Amino acid sequence: MLGRMEGDYDVVVVGGGPAGLAAAIGARDAGATRVLVVDREDEAGGILLQCIHAGFGLHYFKEELTGPEYAERFVARALDRDIDVVGSAYVSGAGLDSDGTRRVRVMREGHGIRTVRSRAMVLAMGCRERTRGALHIPGTRPAGVLTAGLAQRFVNVMGLLPGRRVAILGSGDIGLIMARRLTLEGCEVVGVFELMPFSNGLTRNVVQCLGDFGIPLHLSTTVVEIHGQDRVDKITVAPVGADLAPDLSRCREVACDTLLLSIGLVPENELSQGLGVELDVVTQGPRVSSTLETSLPGVFACGNVLHVHDLCDYVTEEALLAGRFAGELAGGVKRPRDNIRVVPGDNVRYCVPHTLAPGREHTIYLRSERPLRPAAIRVGDLVRRKLGFVTPAEMITFRIKPDVLDRFHGEALRIDLLGEPAGPHLAGAEP
Amino acid sequence: MSERYDVVVIGGGVVGAAIARELSRFRLRIALLERQAEVGFGTSKTNSGIIHPGHDTSSATLKGRLVVRGNALYDRLAAELHFGFRRIGQLNVALEPADLVALERLKAQGDAKGVPGLELWDPARLRREEPNLSRELRGALHAPSAGVINPYELVFALVESAARNGVELAVDCPVTALAADGDGLAAHTPRGVFRGRFVLNCAGVASDRVAALAGAATFTITPRKGEEYMLDKRLLGLVRRLVFPVPSPKTKGTLIIPTFDGTIMVGPTAEDVLDRDDVATTARGAREVFAFVRRLCPSIDPRDAITAFAGLRAVADGNDFVIGPTSVRGFVNVAGIQSPGLTAAPAIAEHVRDLLAAEGLALVAKPDFAPEVRAPARFAHLAPEVQEALAARDPRFARVVCRCELVTEAEIDDAVDHGARTLDGLKFRTRAGMGRCQGGFCTPRAMEILARRLGVPLHAVTKRGGGSWIALPMGAEQEA
Repeated sequence: MLGRMEGDYDVVVVGGGPAGLAAAIGARDAGATRVLVVDREDEAGGILLQCIHAGFGLHYFKEELTGPEYAERFVARALDRDIDVVGSAYVSGAGLDSDGTRRVRVMREGHGIRTVRSRAMVLAMGCRERTRGALHIPGTRPAGVLTAGLAQRFVNVMGLLPGRRVAILGSGDIGLIMARRLTLEGCEVVGVFELMPFSNGLTRNVVQCLGDFGIPLHLSTTVVEIHGQDRVDKITVAPVGADLAPDLSRCREVACDTLLLSIGLVPENELSQGLGVELDVVTQGPRVSSTLETSLPGVFACGNVLHVHDLCDYVTEEALLAGRFAGELAGGVKRPRDNIRVVPGDNVRYCVPHTLAPGREHTIYLRSERPLRPAAIRVGDLVRRKLGFVTPAEMITFRIKPDVLDRFHGEALRIDLLGEPAGPHLAGAEP
Repeated sequence: MSERYDVVVIGGGVVGAAIARELSRFRLRIALLERQAEVGFGTSKTNSGIIHPGHDTSSATLKGRLVVRGNALYDRLAAELHFGFRRIGQLNVALEPADLVALERLKAQGDAKGVPGLELWDPARLRREEPNLSRELRGALHAPSAGVINPYELVFALVESAARNGVELAVDCPVTALAADGDGLAAHTPRGVFRGRFVLNCAGVASDRVAALAGAATFTITPRKGEEYMLDKRLLGLVRRLVFPVPSPKTKGTLIIPTFDGTIMVGPTAEDVLDRDDVATTARGAREVFAFVRRLCPSIDPRDAITAFAGLRAVADGNDFVIGPTSVRGFVNVAGIQSPGLTAAPAIAEHVRDLLAAEGLALVAKPDFAPEVRAPARFAHLAPEVQEALAARDPRFARVVCRCELVTEAEIDDAVDHGARTLDGLKFRTRAGMGRCQGGFCTPRAMEILARRLGVPLHAVTKRGGGSWIALPMGAEQEA
C-alpha cells in the first residue's frame, strides 16, 4: 500500500477492513480534512480479501460482489478522498492526553514506531475466531485442528489445503462457506456438527453450502474428543440433550485428518480495554451511544469490534455513521448527551447502540436469543411490527423514526421480540 | 555416517541437556541424540515448571538428596542461560486437622535436609499473605526457596550452551539399536552410527526400552500422566505463591501454579497409563483438577480454562531415580527421572559427571568454556523507548507477527537462529501463538518465515516434526 502517514490527524481509524474504510469515508464526507486508516496487513480490506466467494454488496450496492471486489470499491473511494491508508502497520497502544487529544502508537515496517495524535478516533479492529481452548475439548493436541478462517486463508490466499478429510465443528458462516470451498477443491467434508438445535449461520449458507453439496449438518451434536498423535486421525462426536450436555452413551467416531472450528467470533477489544473503554458483557464490544461513541469521549467504534455482524453491508452502513459522527466531532460539532437507555427485553440477546437521543432517526441492531416464528418486534409501547422468522444467526435491523421517540417520555426504552419458539427447518439438517 | 565420541547422550530432554552441557566444560567429544524434531518436546515441555525446595522428599532416596542441591544451582544457571526463573515461594496448605501434623513432619524433614527458611503459618498469616485462598484452610508451611521456570526455555538454553561449547546435536534421531563396539557402544540411528566410549541413557519415558536395546533391561518405566489446565489472564495475581496440598506417597497433589509468565495453571493429575504416547487430556481429569483446586481457591472456575495439555512422568519401579553404570560396559542409566527431576537436573548432571570420572573418563577442563548464552529478544517486555530505538535500527522489530503476545519478526528470526525448526519450536521460544487467538493470526506469517529460513516449501512446515503436517500443496497429486 502506498500509504502516507504525516503529522497529526482529525480522525484516526484503527483497522482497514470494511468498517475502518467506511468510517474513514464517513468522517471525510462529514468534513474532516485529515483522516488516517492504519491496517496491520500489507493491503487494506481486512478479512474480505480472503473471502473470494460472492454474496457481498446485495444490500449496499444492490449487486453481488466477491469480498475482494467489495473491499476494492471502498479502498478506491478512500484514496479518491485523499484519505491516508497505511498497511503493514500495527497499533500497539492508544491513549488520551490530559487535554483530550487521542493518540495511537503505530509500529510500521520500514518506518519504526511513532505516536500519532488526533481529535477523534474510530475503533474498527474487527473480531477473531473462538478457538479450541474456549470449548475444552478433551483429547490429544495434534496438528490439524484449526479455525475455519485460518483454513480459508490457507486455501484462498496461500494456495494450501488444510487436509483431505475434514470435519467441521460449529455451523458459523465461515465454516459453512469453507465446507463448500473445500468440497470444490476435492476435499471430503464428512459433516458439520452443531451443538445448538439450530444453525448459527445464515439460512442461505446452510442451503447453498451444505444442502446443494449433500454435506450432512448434524444439529444438537458436538465433538467430545480429538484423537491422533502427530496429526488428527479421528474425532468422537456425541448428541447433546436439552441442557447441551453430551450423551456419551450414544457417541461415535468419525475418521478425519482435519477438524475445522467455526464456533463463533469474538470482538477484538484488547486495544479498547487498554484505553479504558467500557465493554458490554454480552456483545463483548464497547457500550456506545446513538452516535456510536464509546464511554470515552471522542472514541468511536463500529463493525465487528462493536458487535459481530453477519453481513458486511450492515458493517458498512454502521461504520459510515460512526465515521460521520467522528468527523463532526473533530470539526467541533457538539451534541447533547443521549437521555434514553435501550433495554433488551424478552427474547433479545442484545441491542446496539445502548442509548438514544430524541430528534434523530436511529438504527437499532439486535439479535434474538432463539429462533422465533412468527415473530414481531415491540419497542416500548410505541411500535409493534411483524418480522416473520427470526434466528440468532441473522441480525435484525430496526429503524426508529424521530417522531416515535417524541412520543416517548420514559428514560428506559425496552425492546422485546415476540413469537413462538421455532424448530430447525433448514435444508440439509439431520438430527 | 559413523563417528566416534567420548560420550553419546541419548535424549534431549532436560536431563540429557543438563548432562551434555555439564560435560561440555571438558575436553570431550560429545553427541546429543534426540528422537523428535526439537529438543525438550517430550516430558520436559509439559512439566509444571516448579523448582522444588525439597522438603517433601526423604533423603533416604537419591531424588531426595539431589533435589536440594539442584534447587540451589538454579540462581547461577538462570544468570548464565537467561531462561525465566523466579523464586516465588511455595505453600503446603492444610485442608484437614490431620494435615497440620503432616506439615510439622514436612518441616522437620526439610530442616534436617537443609531446606532454607521453612516456616509454619497460622490461618491469620495465610489470609494476610494469600487473601484469595479458601478461608477453610487451617494453616500452611511456607518454603521461600521454591521457584518457577519455563521448562522448555531451560532445555533450549542448556542445549544452545552445550552446542556453543562443542556438543554435536542430532535431532529426528531415534536410536534403533545399540551394539558393543570396542571398549564402548555403537548407537544406530537413521542419521548414522554414533560410537561412544560411554552411552548415557537419558531417554525419559522410553529409557527402559533403550536399556533393553543395550541388553541391560533391569527396570520398567510406567508412564504416569499429568494433565494441566492454563487459566485466563482474568486470574492474574490470584495467588502469589505455588499452592500445594499435603503430598501423598504417589504425588505431590494437584496444585495452583502461578507460572513464570504470570498465567495461573492448575494441575497436574497423576494417572498411571499403559500407552507411552498417551498425552490426551480427559473430561474426568478436568473435573478432578477443578474440583480439587476449588477447595484451595474457590474463585477458580472451570470456565477460565483457556488451554490444556498433558505430559508423562517417567516413573521407574522402586519410585526413585535410576542412575549409574550397568552390566553392559559403557552403558550408563540416567532414568526414572520423575518429579523432582526438573529441579534435580543440574545436580544430576554433576552427579553423572563424577560418576563418569570414577568410571575412568578423563575430565580435563577447557579453558575456553563459555558459560553464557545470549538472552532471547523479548520485544514485548522492553520499555517503549527501547522498543522505538530497536525498531528504528532494525525494521523487523516494527513488523508484528503475533499480535496477542506482541512478537515481532526479529524475534521469530532470532528463534530460528537459536534452533527452532517447527511452529511449536517458534511458539515455545517466542510465545507466538500462545495468546488468546491461539495462532489463528500468526500461523501463516510464522509458516512463511520458517519456510523461507529453512529453505523448504510452505507445506513442509510442521507443528512439531514427524507426521504433524500443517497443510498440503493445492492441486498436487494427493498421496494415500
